[in-house]
Amino acid sequence: MERVCVVGAGAIGSLFAGHLASVAEVSVLCRRDEHAAVLNAEGLRVSGKSGRHARVAAAIEPRSLPVPELVIVAVKATQLEATASVLRGCWPRAAAMTVQNGLGAEAVLHAAGAWPLISSVTFMSGIRHGDAHVEYELDTPTWLGPWSGTATPLGLAEAAGDLIARSGLKVEVLGDLLPAQWSKLIFNAAVNGVAALTELPHVTAFAAEGLDSDLGHVLRGLVDEGKAVAAAAGVALHDDPWEMNVRAVSRGTTEAAGGDYAHVPSMLEDVLARRATEADWIGGALVREAARLGVPAPLNAAVWRLIKAKEASWARAAEVAVA
Amino acid sequence: MGAGGGGGGRMRIGVVGCGAVGSLFAAHLAQLGEAEVWAFDLDAEHVAAINERGLRLSGVGDVHGRLRATSDPAELSACDFGIVATKALHTASAIEATAAAFADGAVCSVQNGVGNEELIAEHVPRVIRGTTFPAGRILEPGHVAWETAGDTWLGPFEPKPAAMEEVETLAGALTRAGMPTKAMPDARGAQWTKLIFNAASNPIGALTGLTHGRVCELPELRRLVSGLVAEGVAVAGAQGIVLDSDPDALIDHAAEVAYDHRASMLQDVQAGRRTEVDALNGGIVRFGGEHGVAAPLNESIWALIRGLERSVQQQEANA
Repeated sequence: MERVCVVGAGAIGSLFAGHLASVAEVSVLCRRDEHAAVLNAEGLRVSGKSGRHARVAAAIEPRSLPVPELVIVAVKATQLEATASVLRGCWPRAAAMTVQNGLGAEAVLHAAGAWPLISSVTFMSGIRHGDAHVEYELDTPTWLGPWSGTATPLGLAEAAGDLIARSGLKVEVLGDLLPAQWSKLIFNAAVNGVAALTELPHVTAFAAEGLDSDLGHVLRGLVDEGKAVAAAAGVALHDDPWEMNVRAVSRGTTEAAGGDYAHVPSMLEDVLARRATEADWIGGALVREAARLGVPAPLNAAVWRLIKAKEASWARAAEVAVA
Repeated sequence: MGAGGGGGGRMRIGVVGCGAVGSLFAAHLAQLGEAEVWAFDLDAEHVAAINERGLRLSGVGDVHGRLRATSDPAELSACDFGIVATKALHTASAIEATAAAFADGAVCSVQNGVGNEELIAEHVPRVIRGTTFPAGRILEPGHVAWETAGDTWLGPFEPKPAAMEEVETLAGALTRAGMPTKAMPDARGAQWTKLIFNAASNPIGALTGLTHGRVCELPELRRLVSGLVAEGVAVAGAQGIVLDSDPDALIDHAAEVAYDHRASMLQDVQAGRRTEVDALNGGIVRFGGEHGVAAPLNESIWALIRGLERSVQQQEANA
């Protein structure tokens, strides 16, 4: 694989593009014209856990870009439908990789083209400091594997994994990604959901269970429901989501830099910016699976509905502001 | 003077916590003139204004009462009745400070939530369980907007009860003063009806930012509200409490008469104040635990509100 197109240059897309440019020819498909212009003029800078200054070709039209062998679709789940329409009919020989949170991204892309699909979930995180600068915050791995719906050969996923690893990012290739996808789904429904409602970053309070009113009880309740749904779906989880939560919030206390670990989950970023969140793809997906399988998930349903209602309050506020 | 003010002299009533709700009680009772009214409050400007110009209410009705106010518990004379109207989080400290004045008195809570009477009973001999609907807000020191009229229910607090005669004396004075009050042998039904209503509506408004009417328009969210109500009803039922009315129907009624109402808990959170969630959803969880009834939705809402309080406080600390 020598040519990669990254679709969507948010924090995750920028981290992929910024690193992959050291081992491949990288293009970036943007939504905004000025974003593409800045990337073409200035390149893409990565700071933090690594340092890169990548030259990339950017455009808002796929046809303006070199034909890639691998397409990494890194838009938010909320923009996936629109992105799939833009990509419809393009690059029929390429493989495509999804990195969206939640469940169902592969099916959306599959409906728009016959690309062999690679599923992935990523735990790395970045902070955008502008259109041409991303800070590599958490250098945690990306897990990827072939999607069964397109009978993608494992070798194709391994080739993509090898390229990503050589670019300096952490990666693990798995024969069956579902166990990892579900682990992250359950983790995200709990951590992103609680962060979106409390507006707290992911801090140690998320694992505290000393008092009845401690948030750890909510997280554990959400995770336990998710594990029951996964079990009913026949998925043996790759990682225990509660342990993932505890490990993540314990990280800060071991870092010499000190201070509380306080990653801002993407759904909290969306809430603070008053954007639509990915709640329908994360908590909503989990609740839909629970209903399909006949497993109760009242806490996940409550958190999902509360986030949707919170989004509705901004929509109304915006109407009033315009009127 | 004997209990219930039956000794011939004028009875003395001490209002503990003279914020918006405490001021409604204090001003009405003072204007009535049957009782000598004292107010204890930590807000020095409010206390000074009351002592200089009296306590004024405007809005639903205009009331002006002359009373003695103080921030020093040692100044409080011995009272026949106490009315505790602090925020629920200050109950313990407020009654601990003022208990000496009620050593031979009956003390009533008119606060939100449950658990206040238990705290009061640790410090005074006789306790009255109370629930009140009138509401307002402080406009300036000595002047309170009376925004909502409504009834008050009083009854003996069972573990350490005031005499029914005392309850009737206080209820009678309040009713004559312009605050309709019912004395009843068991006031738990009124208290739990309001508790369940508040615990199912107030935090949802705070977490979503939606008005009460909008909450009720979203069917999935409305179902969550019903889920919270159902847990509260189960906890009340396990204690043998007969509710005054169906809290779920009250939720729908409020959507009609108070569509644009914004939860006071939302205002508290946004202003960086601690909310009363411990006495609301926390109270349902605690009493449920004592009676073997789980309330997982209320427990989660309780923790989420505490988390939201924490994030606002951290933002303020960082600002």
